Amino acid sequence: MAPDDLASGAPRVDFQTDPSRYRHWKLAVDGPVATLAMDVAEDGGLRPGYKLKLNSYDLGVDIELADALNRIRFEHPQVRAVVVTSGKDRVFCSGANIFMLGASAHAWKVNFCKFTNETRNGMEDASAHSGIKFVAAINGSCAGGGYELALACDEIVLVDDRSSSVSLPEVPLLGVLPGTGGLTRVTDKRKVRHDHADIFCTTTEGVRGRRALEWRLVDAIARPGDFDRVVRERALALAAASDRPAQATGVPLPPLERALGPDSLAYRHVAVDIDRARRTATLVVRAPASPQPGDVAGIEAAGAAWWPLAMARELDDAILSLRSNELDVGTWLLKTAGDAQAVLAVDATLARHAGHWLVRETIGMLRRTLARLDVSSRSMFALVEPGSCFAGTLAELAFAADRSYMLALPDEPARAPALTLSDANFGAYPMVNGRTRLARRFCDEQAPLAEARAAIGRPLDGEAALALGLVTAAPDDIDWADEIRIALEERASLSPDALTGMEANLRFGGNETMHTRIFGRLTAWQNWIFIRPNAVGDKGALKVYGTGEKARFDFSRV
Amino acid sequence: MSTIDYSDKIPNNVNLSQDRALQRALEHWQPNYLAWWRDMGPEGSQDFDVYLRTAVSVDPQGWAQFGYVKMPDYRWGIFLNPGDADRRIHFGDHLGEPAWQDVPGEHRANLRRIIVTQGDTEPASVEQQRHLGLTAPSQYDLRNLFQVNVEEGRHLWAMVYLLHRYFGRDGREEAEALLERRSGDRDNPRILGAFNEKTPDWLSFFMFTYFTDRDGKFQLCALAESGFDPLARTTKFMLTEEAHHMFVGESGVSRVIQRTCEVMKQLGTDDPAKLRAAGVVDLPTIQRYLNFHFSVTIDLFGADQSSNAAIFYSSGLKGRFEEGKRGDDHLLKQDTYKVLELDGGRLVEKEVPMLNALNEVLRDDYIKDSVGGVNRWNKVIEKAGLPFRLSVPHKAFHRRIGALAGTRIAPDGRVVGDAEWNARVHEWLPSDEDRAFVASLMGRVVEPGRFANWIAPPATGINRQPVDFEYVRFA
Repeated sequence: MAPDDLASGAPRVDFQTDPSRYRHWKLAVDGPVATLAMDVAEDGGLRPGYKLKLNSYDLGVDIELADALNRIRFEHPQVRAVVVTSGKDRVFCSGANIFMLGASAHAWKVNFCKFTNETRNGMEDASAHSGIKFVAAINGSCAGGGYELALACDEIVLVDDRSSSVSLPEVPLLGVLPGTGGLTRVTDKRKVRHDHADIFCTTTEGVRGRRALEWRLVDAIARPGDFDRVVRERALALAAASDRPAQATGVPLPPLERALGPDSLAYRHVAVDIDRARRTATLVVRAPASPQPGDVAGIEAAGAAWWPLAMARELDDAILSLRSNELDVGTWLLKTAGDAQAVLAVDATLARHAGHWLVRETIGMLRRTLARLDVSSRSMFALVEPGSCFAGTLAELAFAADRSYMLALPDEPARAPALTLSDANFGAYPMVNGRTRLARRFCDEQAPLAEARAAIGRPLDGEAALALGLVTAAPDDIDWADEIRIALEERASLSPDALTGMEANLRFGGNETMHTRIFGRLTAWQNWIFIRPNAVGDKGALKVYGTGEKARFDFSRV
Repeated sequence: MSTIDYSDKIPNNVNLSQDRALQRALEHWQPNYLAWWRDMGPEGSQDFDVYLRTAVSVDPQGWAQFGYVKMPDYRWGIFLNPGDADRRIHFGDHLGEPAWQDVPGEHRANLRRIIVTQGDTEPASVEQQRHLGLTAPSQYDLRNLFQVNVEEGRHLWAMVYLLHRYFGRDGREEAEALLERRSGDRDNPRILGAFNEKTPDWLSFFMFTYFTDRDGKFQLCALAESGFDPLARTTKFMLTEEAHHMFVGESGVSRVIQRTCEVMKQLGTDDPAKLRAAGVVDLPTIQRYLNFHFSVTIDLFGADQSSNAAIFYSSGLKGRFEEGKRGDDHLLKQDTYKVLELDGGRLVEKEVPMLNALNEVLRDDYIKDSVGGVNRWNKVIEKAGLPFRLSVPHKAFHRRIGALAGTRIAPDGRVVGDAEWNARVHEWLPSDEDRAFVASLMGRVVEPGRFANWIAPPATGINRQPVDFEYVRFA
């Protein structure tokens, strides 16, 4: 296969699925404990050319995992703990499929890693915010991405059968790094001492049994005969501390209604239009067009049709689709349309019932979806135009953008667009660095944040928004068209690689968290290593893996 | 340091008395080994005086000394075939370089894995066979069982020597683990599937030593080609002993067949029911046992396409059977090999890179070799003037590893559906009823020169002793 076949010419990647279509995972729910068993179909690769042996995974496998996690969040509110395990004998998971990686174009690998990272971060997000705890029940050999999946869980139980081990063999076997947060979670989350981690990450066969426990690589080891019991006990103990409802009816997540055109993606509340000549996509998010429920019963009755949930699912799908299927559409224009008051009303409902499980999950869905924007390697400009509704939750789109332009219409105040803040902008949707987009915007300085907070609920025109520092520029109607055109044309002419790096740097200023380290530090190194000849040259470690050929390295340190 | 006189206790040609690292390791390991032998070695046999062959050196006089010995006192030795100072690696990317006398750091993990996997089979088979002494069909057979057992024990020593001598602390831990795993233990199984199966009766034992120990032979032959010289020399010497195990298997099955043929002629029948009533194993049952052991054993060679196999070869760790006698480039980078797979309900050959197919190459070499003994068994039947012939099943039959795992293929290589498989599986593989019948024949026969009814005596005894020699003196 030609090296780029995995990224181009092939059918679109679709991130929508449901349990009836799973080929690789089995989701079973038993009271407060759900079991997610990985049983990858060897012939079920998303692209031809490789077999998913030994529970190795590709993007298709991870799309199912991400879907299953959402089903647990929304369809199974009584689930408090999830056991992540393998349906295969003697193998838990051997990580990302190496032959898939070896045959993939760089962009495909990066997109794949980004999505798998988001899914694992999503597990930690569910643990932190949703009361869903995860136990990795490692019932066989567990290597690379398999161990990284376990690392994303709250607890790790390893079967002590004297052969099953956990390992991160990427460096010694493949000449690359663990791409899904392995290094970072080993030190930051598991608190493994760095010298132990050094041995662990350079040992192909990994560490098993007692030493894995002593080195904190796992939380418990159990003989095969005790394994199920130990896992169950740990899961139930974690479940006991959860505040998810014991009695609640889940909300089914039906397939999204989408109309897919050659240059467009149309959902109920979200629309995407692509201008291929300009390599630009316009995303429009629409405010609710009909009254939304204000009480819990109404929200439960609306279910997946409730505007904030429906909109978040659609926006999430649109982002993922653009990322994977429209690689050269380098600039996204973020727009909104509709009644700002309707958005603010929903914000008020979200805030009022934030303790209700379904509302909490909906806020979580919005939080993770907005966080996807933050790590998307596209230039994002928000355009605040007449008829828009950048208010509260939707104003986050403007704050997520690299730049925001707001049309000033000093002579037509009635038609002038407004930007309106709500409480949601001050804590509901933290970025993966734990800060709000506004705090990021103002570098945590209290004065401008306080001024912004004082403006909550007040429709701000261009001049006011500019004065508060909430938008980048507020050109008037005379300048607007040229200003925007030139900005976009200029942007489109710049090196996409440099832009990706620059944007990621600027978006995540200030303090680091484990998740920003995973996205930033780790993936930056990884992406560099991924294109170096030592990994992907003709004799690179990733290329020759499995052929019996020995990798040839250029030994000069860079 | 040590109070043990090592050269007396542990016959060796590795200069043990001067090797402090090895002494330290063995001082700890040897008592644990003996404890393992007491717990998991042949049941109830600790005080028997057994007429055993002991290797005390690698020269022709030394490697086969016979005498009575209590098995726990058996002198398990450490022997390497004599070295060749100029030996060069003769395959893979290191072709032409001097053979390694120490473990190259970059191949440490793979070498350790190879040695541990091989080493694990040795105590495993002792554990699998530990109850068989209670139902031995004769003293002669009992002695052969014990000989196989102590030599498997010595082979464990051989692998442990490599771990202790060359792999530092990791090696010591792995050596301990070899004593801690238990065949068939759900919590703590042996590494390879076939070594967690039971060896419930003597027909199984003979089949195992014929087929499964022959797998051992081929693995050892491949390792005897290794660029890691101590591994090559150790395994070469192990091969001299492995031959006896296969002899026990081949002659054992042959004697079962011979006895059955005698009774078939006496009674003038090939009716299994009548033969069973007469207390011998009917030939179709022997065929089913053969089918089972053959198919389980060829799985041991691993997946038909394997990146490990390619890496082991290219790194110079594990060669092919008789690598040195082959006339190709010993790199195999451009070569291909045909493997079988199921495509649209048909078995088809598929050409794949040779390096990835080396498990299959070794499996095919094994199959060729194992057919030889089956032909010799058929000679016994032929000599009796009977028309029945045994055969090895198709290599796709009853596979659980590789591309053919879980396919439904008859012994003749036809792809069959679930319906036919389920209807005929008891024609092809031993049923519970078959196993119960064979088990019912097992009774202990221990008077010198007497043999159970279901097996013929051997033509000659051990070490030119008579067949009715007292091979085992019971305490």
